[in-house]
Amino acid sequence: MSDLLWILLSAMVINNFTLALFLGLCPFMGVSGRVSTALRMGLANIFVLVITSICAWFLNTYVLPSAPYLRIICFIVVIASLVQIVEMAIKKLSPLLFQQLGIYLPLITTNCAILGLAIFQTNRGYGFVEGLAFALGAGLGLTLALVLMASIREDAELAPVPRVARGMALVLIIAGSLSLAFMGFAGLGSPT
Amino acid sequence: MTVTQGPAPVRSLRLVSTLSVAGAVMGLALVSVHRATEPAILAHQERVLQAAIREVLGQPARFETLYVVAGGLSASPPTEPGSGERVHLGFDAQDRPLGFAIAAAEPGFQDQVRLLFGFDPSSGRLLGMKVLESKETPGLGDKIEKDAAFVGQFVGARAPLLGVKPGRGSGEDPREVDLITGATISSRTVVSIINKALERLGPALESYAAEGGP
Amino acid sequence: MKATSPQQDLLRGIWRENPVLIQMLGLCPALAVTNSVKNSLAMGLATCFVLCGSSVLVSLCRRLIPHEVRISTYILIIATFVSVADMSLAALAPEVHKQLGAFIALIVVNCMILGRQEAFASKRPVGRALLDALGTGGGFVIAIVAMGVVRELLGSGSLLGVPVLGPDFEPWIVMILPPGGFLTLGFLLLALNARAARRERRQLATREGATSAALPSALAAGAARGDARGDARGDAAAREGAR
Repeated sequence: MSDLLWILLSAMVINNFTLALFLGLCPFMGVSGRVSTALRMGLANIFVLVITSICAWFLNTYVLPSAPYLRIICFIVVIASLVQIVEMAIKKLSPLLFQQLGIYLPLITTNCAILGLAIFQTNRGYGFVEGLAFALGAGLGLTLALVLMASIREDAELAPVPRVARGMALVLIIAGSLSLAFMGFAGLGSPT
Repeated sequence: MTVTQGPAPVRSLRLVSTLSVAGAVMGLALVSVHRATEPAILAHQERVLQAAIREVLGQPARFETLYVVAGGLSASPPTEPGSGERVHLGFDAQDRPLGFAIAAAEPGFQDQVRLLFGFDPSSGRLLGMKVLESKETPGLGDKIEKDAAFVGQFVGARAPLLGVKPGRGSGEDPREVDLITGATISSRTVVSIINKALERLGPALESYAAEGGP
Repeated sequence: MKATSPQQDLLRGIWRENPVLIQMLGLCPALAVTNSVKNSLAMGLATCFVLCGSSVLVSLCRRLIPHEVRISTYILIIATFVSVADMSLAALAPEVHKQLGAFIALIVVNCMILGRQEAFASKRPVGRALLDALGTGGGFVIAIVAMGVVRELLGSGSLLGVPVLGPDFEPWIVMILPPGGFLTLGFLLLALNARAARRERRQLATREGATSAALPSALAAGAARGDARGDARGDAAAREGAR
């Protein structure tokens, strides 16, 4: 399997960002039983992830080699500013889109997945195109996990769940089952 | 609560100056901590590397560091920064060359797998293998570093390696290495890392050994 | 703003407002590095260090930071402390640093830390901010070490690397894999919910015995229905009784 395809598939299902790497849990736990909301949240994340990947590549190639210990600060500053700029840009360019996505964007700053992507990309030494494949895979995987969780919770609302398990306990057990299921993707391919 | 607002330019100046001062102070703190911790970090990395080199070369009496430059190996570090790939040549007590210790990495199942292996170009055989960094699945993929039987196979194996499923190999070919059941991808990665590194560096190593050293 | 005593500032983060178990903050590290007690302890202490350091600094500078840029400044301060923790850990305990890997850097986006600065440290003097940080950090450490104990015991048969369950124990590998993290926390919360429900029933039962006949039947009906309103009333009654 080609390198890029492996990177994309690996980030999307084999080592899913949420269910295997535990990144992006805040929106995952908080998403209500509304599939449309989950989908929009996921798309907003994909968008920010791809742009972050490009910025991280830029920083790693031109700015950080001289001062690698400033990496964390640089990344977080760039991410925070990025989210701010993206929010302002969407507001100006498409007020309708802003109305639908708007409240989720500021939450993305503290989404571990964004910073996690930048750090993993750096540690693995991905180039520009590989970074994009990684970001796309991660974003699709996040969206997949969000949509699955939302649709399960939609059904769980009508099910006779025992009182002690209601709330976060149920969400975590569902997440555990999803994570177990996703382990089955391990046989999908190999990097070589 | 009364809010005193100065004229707009002064207000933004205050915002920008606060952020700049904060950034500068934080940057300064980081530089100092980096200076203070760097020696310890580098020392530890060297210690680990040296212990690994000793392990894969079968306890050499001493070893030299050589740098990979265009077309061959040289004893002096390259002038351009960032291209410092190193190999280590080990010598036994009688000062005869034992073989090269080479580090290489590749993405495995979970993340990068980085290993060190020993290679003797005169016999074309490996002297040992040690996994330096791996984040493979605990209990399954991490057998590439924890399973003594798997690691032991690399001592005396002939290059280029052939990874075979356990029980399927002929048992006669010295190039065969049994993969780990349940950790096929991780163990295949180890074989692939070694083969690719030898493909890349083989000619340089052999020509260096043939010339008899510096 | 409600005035709180120093003991309250210190203790509430440990149990009643535990950041992981009650507030559900800081889940990324809680699930990712709790597959062994040693890693949990290291992550907990690193997070505690960042939390206390940044709370103290934010509290010291609280009058100097303009309101509009406060979040950015807090993030800068937190990121600096995280980098310091990262470098110190690499120098002092390199094996642990290798195990924790990228998750040390992810302490920056731990909502718990930013939340404490915003809600507390920016509004209180240094001493109180430090107590609050210690309490919250302590609660975090307790929660993730508890998870680490369960996961390492069942998943590797050991505690802190020392085998305790004997050679015949077949470890439940799934516990040190990602699903184990989710399931451990889920069942931990389940146990806490069950304990809270049991305590509620006991409180209702004592009130039932102490008050007139009319009240218990209403309470019993509410408890039997098991609906949210009955719970809220029961909870409020329990708190009233406890005070």
